[in-house]
Amino acid sequence: MALIIEVNHLSKKFSDTYAVNDLSFTVNEGDIYGFLGQNGAGKSTTIRMLLTLIKPTSGEINLFEKKLSAHRSEILKQVGAVIEKPDLYKYLSAYDNLSIFAKMSGIKVSQKLLMQQLQMVGLEERAKDNVRTFSQGMKQRLGIAVALVHNPALIILDEPTNGLDPQGIADMRNLILRLSRELGKTILISSHLLSEIELIANRMIIIHKGNKMVEGNVAALLDPAHTLIEIDTLDNAGAKQLLLQSKWALFIQKKIQLQLMMNKTEVPQLIIDLVAMGVQLLSVNSSHSLENYFLSLTTQSGHVEAFAN
Amino acid sequence: MIRSVKLIQLLIAVIPAFTINAQDVNTLITKVKGNIDKVNDYEATARMITNVSFLKVPDADVKVYFKKPNKLKIKNEKGISFVPKGAVSINLNNILSGSKYTAIDAGTDEIGNTTVRVVKLLPEDDNADVVLSTVYIDEAALVIRRAKTTTRANGSYELEMSYGKYAAFGLPDKIVFSFDTKDYKLPKGVTFDFDDGTQNNRSAADKAKSRNGKAEITFSSYLINKGVKEDVFK
Amino acid sequence: MWKLLQIELFKISKRPRTYIAFVAVAAIVFIFQFAFKADGQSYMDLMLQSVKDTFTFDRVQAINGYFMCYIILNTLLIQVPILIALIAADSISGEANMGTLRLLISKPISRTQIILVKFAAATIFTIFLLLWMAITALFLSLFIFGAGDMLVFRSKGDESQILLITRDDIMWRYSAAFAYATVALTVIAALSLLLSIFAENSIGPIIATVCIVIVCTIISNINVPIIDKNVKPYLFTSYLVGWKGFFYIGTDMDGKTIKGSLENWPAIRKSLLILIAHIFILITASVVVFKKKDILS
Repeated sequence: MALIIEVNHLSKKFSDTYAVNDLSFTVNEGDIYGFLGQNGAGKSTTIRMLLTLIKPTSGEINLFEKKLSAHRSEILKQVGAVIEKPDLYKYLSAYDNLSIFAKMSGIKVSQKLLMQQLQMVGLEERAKDNVRTFSQGMKQRLGIAVALVHNPALIILDEPTNGLDPQGIADMRNLILRLSRELGKTILISSHLLSEIELIANRMIIIHKGNKMVEGNVAALLDPAHTLIEIDTLDNAGAKQLLLQSKWALFIQKKIQLQLMMNKTEVPQLIIDLVAMGVQLLSVNSSHSLENYFLSLTTQSGHVEAFAN
Repeated sequence: MIRSVKLIQLLIAVIPAFTINAQDVNTLITKVKGNIDKVNDYEATARMITNVSFLKVPDADVKVYFKKPNKLKIKNEKGISFVPKGAVSINLNNILSGSKYTAIDAGTDEIGNTTVRVVKLLPEDDNADVVLSTVYIDEAALVIRRAKTTTRANGSYELEMSYGKYAAFGLPDKIVFSFDTKDYKLPKGVTFDFDDGTQNNRSAADKAKSRNGKAEITFSSYLINKGVKEDVFK
Repeated sequence: MWKLLQIELFKISKRPRTYIAFVAVAAIVFIFQFAFKADGQSYMDLMLQSVKDTFTFDRVQAINGYFMCYIILNTLLIQVPILIALIAADSISGEANMGTLRLLISKPISRTQIILVKFAAATIFTIFLLLWMAITALFLSLFIFGAGDMLVFRSKGDESQILLITRDDIMWRYSAAFAYATVALTVIAALSLLLSIFAENSIGPIIATVCIVIVCTIISNINVPIIDKNVKPYLFTSYLVGWKGFFYIGTDMDGKTIKGSLENWPAIRKSLLILIAHIFILITASVVVFKKKDILS
């Protein structure tokens, strides 16, 4: 399988601080690659380096197995991107915007192609209207059309669901899945929401303060074996004593609350046992441990060893 | 000034020899005037060369219109010309038949190879603009070869004339008109000029010379007594 | 490259602010024409005040289309840098402000190309603006006031001069003057472009350009020998009015003008070369700075 993106020891220093620090990762052909991190984690800086907006302080980027710095123009012809907000020329129509960026990408532009593209994102009716009059969702869709108009092999989407309503988010998700499954595009998508990445990506990376925290298959990282169960009862201390004496003692986390780590398939049996033991249950919540870990990044900056690659 | 001139006039008047000559010059002037009087009007084609330090202009093809007694107009039909105000005095009528004057013989002089009679004309009117005119008359051809005029308001100017085929009418082929002029000053702050590095290295003598302007009018043809419409003088 | 330039010109043509400059020029020109049509004599009288006792001349003929254009350019070419800056200073900063710069840079176009295309577009805008000035200030004035010989009032050092150029000797001078003005204003465009790289909205670079032009123009017009010698030659604004050199007609020893001649062509040529050098330096600097810049907008 071809390597579409290969990033080696990439760093970017802004005055005193590293926005990206010694970052390495790879994206394979056909991947939907999730790029996860809190705001300010270095996602945008990395994406901007991939698109040559920012020059790396050190490290190397290869796209399509070619050095980006040496084959910039050739490589960028095969890349489409929406970077943060889909900002376009407000004083131009949707059609003109699309036409301009298609020409800049070096392809032959026909009216048919442009209208097809607008149709794909549901803007054919508004083709002649100025972008100034568009809603955020429409701009986002036009941004996608601009990113796709030159039929790129690699699509980079920086926080594509920002500012969208739930329907817009769902539409975006479907579009991304379609691009991947039907058209075989490689997609790099950044987000600060694990739930979003979880639904579409096959591989992912989590970065924090410019450093890589985790990289791997989404299926493996979100393995149900790592399900965290949180139990709330009328008498948590009593319940804990009962559990410590049972076979479930192994799963108990060393915390004050009642937390157990287990495979998701075992949860029904646990509930049966708890009821059998006479524990007065208020609630049983299951969540994936990666999600908890990711959430914890907002409050602490530690590198959790269990998730080191 | 006027008083001293009057005094000189008085002194001259008491010397009999000169008074006899004064009779002669009056006859001479009458003869010269006789020639000039043949012309009721004319329209002449001429070329005017202006030489004034602050004025950078090309030679101009002009028409000169004259009508008795003292109307004169220099016109550039095709463009703009700066015409010295005193240039109306190229009409010699202005000098000879204007207000009344006293003619005084001031001997002879030479212009080129011609001996000329020098006559001073003193206006009798104390308030006349002209203070003193001096004319140099070619007694053989009965034409004025040179005239110097001092005025109250417009400084002094000088005419120098050469004659050809229109001499019988007292009309010159060429007039060189010299006059006093002031320096030209642009109102302050109206332009941002391009300083091309050209320096003004004029000496004080040059600057003094700059106060003197010249206009040279060369006539190529006259249409005499064919009538000139009034409105050209407006 | 040509395709990119077409795109750039298309963008400029679609922006309302592009037309502000054309409207402003037309407005100023019309006001001048109206004022001179109504009372041009007084202006002429003012200019000729000091010689009115010595000379007579035809004021009606002196106020003609050629003269009007000179008077208008004399005033307007000091204000036009602002109008040029309005477009040129927006080149990069405007894209940054709108957010389109990110997209632009991520396209397979080199940054050098972007700068060169932006510069070319600003230059073309400048040319169009000057053509518009030629149409309104020259041709419309000729239509309103007619043609005739042209008077040029000039101060030269501590003296003043009146130059008279015959009507058949003027058009080529205007062609040359407009060409020169194009080069001079292109320096402004190049300066604005350079400044626009540093900003993320166009207000800053527009103001900065205008300030630089105003300050340098003021210094250029301080008539103190020490500044004349040591400062002026290094200010590009000293050369902006060089178009007037084409109206400083050459004269012979007697002060008679020589048709088709220039008083000091080497000085004009030198000014022109200095301006071109400025353009070259400013554009090179723009390319270097822009290539190094991280796009964070």
